[in-house]
Amino acid sequence: MFKWLEKNLPKIVMAPAVGLIGWFVYGFVLWTLYISFTNSKILPKYELWGFGQYEKLWASRKWLISVDNLLVFTALFLIFCIVIGIILAIFLDQKIRAEGVLRTIYLYPMALSFIVTGTAWKWILNPTLGIQKMFIDWGFENFTFDWLVNREMAIYTIVIAGVWQSAGFVMALFLAGLRSVEDEIIKAAKIDGAGLFTVYWKILLPMMRPVFFTSFVILVHISIKSYDLIVALTQGGPGISTTMPALFMTQAAFHKSQVGLSAASAMMMFMAVAAVIIPYLYSELRRENAR
Amino acid sequence: MKTLKIDELSKNFGSTEVLKKINLEIDEGNFLVLLGPSGCGKSTLLNIIAGLETINEGNVYIDDYNVSKVEPKDRNIAMVFQSYALYPSMNVRENMIFGLKQAKVSKEKIEEQLKKVSKFLQVDALLDRKPSQLSGGQRQRVAIGRALVREPRIFLFDEPLSNLDAKLRVEMRREIKKLHQQLKTTVVYVTHDQTEAMSLGTKIAIMNHGVIQQNNSPELIYNKPSNTFVADFIGSPSMNLIKGKLNQKSNKILFTADEANFAIPIISYDFIKASQLEDKEVFFGIRPEHIYFKKSNEDDFEVNLTADLSEYIGHEQIMTFNFANQELLAKFPSTFKIELNKETKLYFDLTQISLFDANSKERI
Amino acid sequence: MQDNLQTSSYKQLEQKSKYKNIFLRWFLYFVLILFASYFIFPLYVMVVTSLKTMEEIRQGTLLTWPSSLNFDSWLVAWGGRGYGAGDTFLRPYFWNSIKMVVPAVFFSTFIGAMTGYVLTKWRFKGDQWVFLFLLFGCFIPFQAILLPMARTLGALGISNSIIGLVLVHTVYGIPFTTLFFRNYYVSVPTELVKAARIDGAGFFKIFFKILLPISAPIIVVTVIWQFTQIWNDFLFGSTFSFGKAAPIQVALNNMVLSSTSVKEYNVDMASAIIAGIPTLIVYVLAGKYFIRGLTSGAVKG
Repeated sequence: MFKWLEKNLPKIVMAPAVGLIGWFVYGFVLWTLYISFTNSKILPKYELWGFGQYEKLWASRKWLISVDNLLVFTALFLIFCIVIGIILAIFLDQKIRAEGVLRTIYLYPMALSFIVTGTAWKWILNPTLGIQKMFIDWGFENFTFDWLVNREMAIYTIVIAGVWQSAGFVMALFLAGLRSVEDEIIKAAKIDGAGLFTVYWKILLPMMRPVFFTSFVILVHISIKSYDLIVALTQGGPGISTTMPALFMTQAAFHKSQVGLSAASAMMMFMAVAAVIIPYLYSELRRENAR
Repeated sequence: MKTLKIDELSKNFGSTEVLKKINLEIDEGNFLVLLGPSGCGKSTLLNIIAGLETINEGNVYIDDYNVSKVEPKDRNIAMVFQSYALYPSMNVRENMIFGLKQAKVSKEKIEEQLKKVSKFLQVDALLDRKPSQLSGGQRQRVAIGRALVREPRIFLFDEPLSNLDAKLRVEMRREIKKLHQQLKTTVVYVTHDQTEAMSLGTKIAIMNHGVIQQNNSPELIYNKPSNTFVADFIGSPSMNLIKGKLNQKSNKILFTADEANFAIPIISYDFIKASQLEDKEVFFGIRPEHIYFKKSNEDDFEVNLTADLSEYIGHEQIMTFNFANQELLAKFPSTFKIELNKETKLYFDLTQISLFDANSKERI
Repeated sequence: MQDNLQTSSYKQLEQKSKYKNIFLRWFLYFVLILFASYFIFPLYVMVVTSLKTMEEIRQGTLLTWPSSLNFDSWLVAWGGRGYGAGDTFLRPYFWNSIKMVVPAVFFSTFIGAMTGYVLTKWRFKGDQWVFLFLLFGCFIPFQAILLPMARTLGALGISNSIIGLVLVHTVYGIPFTTLFFRNYYVSVPTELVKAARIDGAGFFKIFFKILLPISAPIIVVTVIWQFTQIWNDFLFGSTFSFGKAAPIQVALNNMVLSSTSVKEYNVDMASAIIAGIPTLIVYVLAGKYFIRGLTSGAVKG
């Protein structure tokens, strides 16, 4: 008995982690998957009902708007975060004075919660007293900036706040990547007569492919899960113009008593994330094994 | 006209002086090796020649033009790095022609150069591969090729062989030697490996603490080291340096080691300045390979010593003897049997010795 | 003659590169400072607004400096106005968050450390798959577990309580903490463990006497990461705990959204700062470790 215990101690110690994750992650996802095939309303029911919830989901105007918004948001969020992140990383890489201070400034939004930043941006973007008033007081009398309350434009305010929060993170990833490039490669390029632009464009950025990939995965992941920022900034409004899948899911589950429908939407999100993550994990693991 | 001239060059990183008033000249077609332990400033010097580091004082001239403030690409040089520094995202072809493309050389000329060099280095079959798909030796060839296509005035090599395994290193060393013999270009080559330096260089500049200790042909470096640092650095095992005193007795100069009861006559030695030798504290230098177990010259000095350590290394053995309580190493063919802790007759080749001032450590 | 030509062309090259460099430097700093102001702008506005009176807010613009340093709105945000119903303020929720964060960070870090230790130093067949199994937990969208979690907490009788949130955060922190510790322990030479085993040390002794003492950096990284994540969480807080047991982010959101007659932006901003300040302080004090957590948590997971 004692021998057995000693021999299996490592596995016993690991059991809580594996058990908890197995139950609370995999078990729960399966439960949600099951519920998504039932006609659950306010409480879960366990008779299978087929793909009804998914049909209902994709017929729902609100869901379609959420998906639309998600695509627009993801595309812009990705592009701006990566472009700004790369520019900042490259510029910071030029033996800049006060690099530490600048880096701290670019990255501090990552330490704040989306609720805090959402609250701040909501105040800045509000048309009566925020940026709009600032410009009008400065003498631009016809200046309007009402994106926050404009159905067409409100989604872009989420992009502004989201990029503000995450661009510094991409900067940090790229800066770390650039710093890990061997010095001799840059020396060789200098001797070959490559200017600063060519060094980055032709040599260093192509070497950053794994960093691009990582940033892409993380940013897509953030954007699919984005919930807090929307709650704090627009609550999905005006109307339902800025609603997104994560918001749709919680509202269906906890405010509208459509448990089955919300499970279906959660599974759609799960699949979207899996589609991005599984190839990523696969390639990461392969890279690690190759080493 | 000197192909490369370095004039009173100094460099410091903050408060640490890395190079102190370096003077160096290379004639066309020479192969200069900068040799020294790590941290001696040899790589910094090479980077300064390349234009990759700034200068604090002094100047660098290429073909008599002061290039001290000229960009690396305009210096007409090419460089091969320790890590090869091939651009990982480009294939071999792109790697090799990148410099020519930057210099806006015509397409035909680029093709012609590429063809010539890749054939010469036998990498023409690898042109479409990425660096990650090449072996160490192949990478090295491509790195050399990238330098060759530019037909520079001076080739700079920064420890190009130290990332290769021992066998490949010897092979590549021979290839670089051949290359130099065929192309007769001017080369500056940095290494910390004395065998590499000896076999490749037409000139060797030995550096330590940012100062050039000696700049001579390999033969002179080996036979007439100008100070104890060079004497100790070159040769394996390094030269025995025995502490003692010189005495002048009726035209005869004798060396007596501390605690020794016998004297070694100094004959057929070229003193740089033969003055005030009486009572001078010196190091008597003799290489392990110049101690014999059989008399081979008339003037060989015979001495009885006891061995207390034997290291067998295949083709030869290194014996450690007690020479008046100082360690003395000697190298013999491994076929010769010497018993430990027993007196053995040995012969010093007095034509091959060096003498250094014990205070200044300089050759006398 | 030719010499002169050559020399003058070198001179030109020198001049050209000098001017180009000076221009480039200015441009570089200009862009960097421009972005710095974009990033600093909201923080500046938050601080400035929180120090103004509502009167000042209506008269000035976002950027105007307050006429006097007025901490009234901070006091209101923290301790309320002192009248009964409808007076929400952050103090109780701030303590809720502390009571939630401390145990959750401790348990998740400890479990992660042990798991990472087993995965790297007591390797067994299939340990790679176990790691992957745990790692995937870093990525699941939490929406996929909200419904069953709510029911489970209800069944355990800990819904709408701090204990419930501690459980949730501990469980969903394990994948990250395991990842951190595994990646750290992988680089610790296994010879160390072998030597200790030869010296007769057992499983726990090796962990507590050999690995734990050299784990300070990764413990700092993990604790900071978990602290920031849990403190800033809104989804779990708002779903599982809405009333008196709500964490601070939920309370902040409720406060900002509460539809009282007059919107008090200065109090909102003061509340936001109070909710953000603990993580901000940690970031400023230990930014290095924060970034390490971010990048390693990102690059590897």
